Amino acid sequence: MTRASRPRLPHPRVELRLAGSGGQGLILAGLILAEAAGVYDGREVAMVQSYGPEARGGASKAEIILSDEPIDYPLCANVDLFLAMNQEASDSYCWDLKPGAWIVVDKDLVNHPPSSRAVSLAFTTVAHEKLGKRMVANIVALGAISAMTGLVSKRALEKALLSHVPPGTADINRRALALGIKLGGAQAGKPPSAEDEEYDEESD
Amino acid sequence: MIKRQARLLQGNEAIVHGALAAGCNFFAGYPITPSSEIMELMSRELPVRGDVFIQMEDEIASLGACIGAGLAGRKAMTATSGPGFSLMQENFGYACMAETPVVVVNVMRAGPSTGMPTNVAQGDVQQARWGTHGDHPCIALCPSTVAECYELTVVAFNHAERFRTPVVLLSDEMVAHTREKVVLPHPEDVEVIDRRRPTVPPDWYVPYKTDGSLIPRLADLGEGYRYHVTGLTHDERGFPTRRLDEVQQFYTRLFAKISRQFHYLENVKDYYLDDCELLIIAYGCSARSARAAVRLGRERGLKVGLLQLLSLWPFPRRPVSEALNGKIAVLVPELNLGQLRREVLRVNDGRTAVIGLNKLDGTMITPEEILTRLRVIK
Repeated sequence: MTRASRPRLPHPRVELRLAGSGGQGLILAGLILAEAAGVYDGREVAMVQSYGPEARGGASKAEIILSDEPIDYPLCANVDLFLAMNQEASDSYCWDLKPGAWIVVDKDLVNHPPSSRAVSLAFTTVAHEKLGKRMVANIVALGAISAMTGLVSKRALEKALLSHVPPGTADINRRALALGIKLGGAQAGKPPSAEDEEYDEESD
Repeated sequence: MIKRQARLLQGNEAIVHGALAAGCNFFAGYPITPSSEIMELMSRELPVRGDVFIQMEDEIASLGACIGAGLAGRKAMTATSGPGFSLMQENFGYACMAETPVVVVNVMRAGPSTGMPTNVAQGDVQQARWGTHGDHPCIALCPSTVAECYELTVVAFNHAERFRTPVVLLSDEMVAHTREKVVLPHPEDVEVIDRRRPTVPPDWYVPYKTDGSLIPRLADLGEGYRYHVTGLTHDERGFPTRRLDEVQQFYTRLFAKISRQFHYLENVKDYYLDDCELLIIAYGCSARSARAAVRLGRERGLKVGLLQLLSLWPFPRRPVSEALNGKIAVLVPELNLGQLRREVLRVNDGRTAVIGLNKLDGTMITPEEILTRLRVIK
């Protein structure tokens, strides 16, 4: 696998792992992704969350399986896409990735990505600078990975997002998602499509 | 027919939806990982329906409250995990003795004691059967998917009502926390069984007198039917007795009311059993690994099949012994040191090798681990 070639996602079973520390909202991000793909896009999904006994901090991860067939084993055995939101998660959960899997890490919180192929994007910094809240870094990351991989439709993602965020935060979350989609789309080298532009107008 | 919308639900949430569909209108509990979501959702759902939700001081009191509610005509449920289930054992025996319908959900986590609260295990299989002291009958069910969580909760309530007995729903951390897409049936399409209530006037009511079903009719306490409830061995009026002709009869009936319905309680699913040479018997989260292993094994030309147990107690003896017939070997993967393998060995007539695959590290058995073991057997 050379650095330039783009990873491809397999069919019919895709395995995603979102990892970080407790409180970064990765389980919520996973839940939104799973609901978008399962309920709104109509695929089969299974999502498993894993966390430590701590209320905050500690390792936390969400594993999502998307499939076109009924899912038997609900855990990742061969990860196709790995998102790490801090160094510890990146180090702990990078060992059972499929060769050539997507690796996406937070640029500022992961100093030593597991591979030189890893896509580093500044989710937390962007969330802080553009939206004034680090808290929505998870949604920015969610937008970015979905734009990069085309796993779920934007409509589905936004519907699922809005059904899960606390009241009064719909706007900032929608903006975070749009920001993430732009970030991810730019990274994937895709020119923004007509739909993207329409999306931006909506969100602004 | 209205098309039901698909929803993304956790196993724990599906248990709540199943309970509500079955008519659950009382919940008393004490939160504990990994069962807390059940309590959380119940605390939102029950009060708005005008039903009762109580957060109790501990698990002993939780089951106590449920027994009281059960006797007063409510369909009661509590949910807990290993440490809480241990505390409930005394009252569990009381519920068996007083023949009270109640559903106890035990979401298994790694134990003993506090163990690993957020990790999966299946170590409470024998505890569900023999946790409380004394000889007692037991019904325990074990789901492996979110959809089964819903279905089996309904079944648990129906068994509890029909047999006037506590029923254990043995979920585990993996099943409880896995989110899956499910389409819940319309509540009207769900079969609901209610306890038989007395038809005689209050003065004629003999609380533990039975007809041919061996299951006495249960009057709602507070409706004018007066009776005595005790944990002591009692006669058919509900008062303590040590008379030889009554005691033996009482215990025999307590068992017979369930044992004569074994066929009704057997609940299994099979995958590729018809032509298989190697058999897997699994339940709960391990059944999911086993299903993946069967799929992968078949792709590689291995003749392997799975018998998944949805009812663990009474042990589904007949389907297991039928499945064992003519097989070279049976593998029993479980997240304990062989609690169910023990039962398979008991049923096995000796012509099939019974092999365990056991894991205690708080993670799931992977399909590859099962396949590796199967290859060694072959």
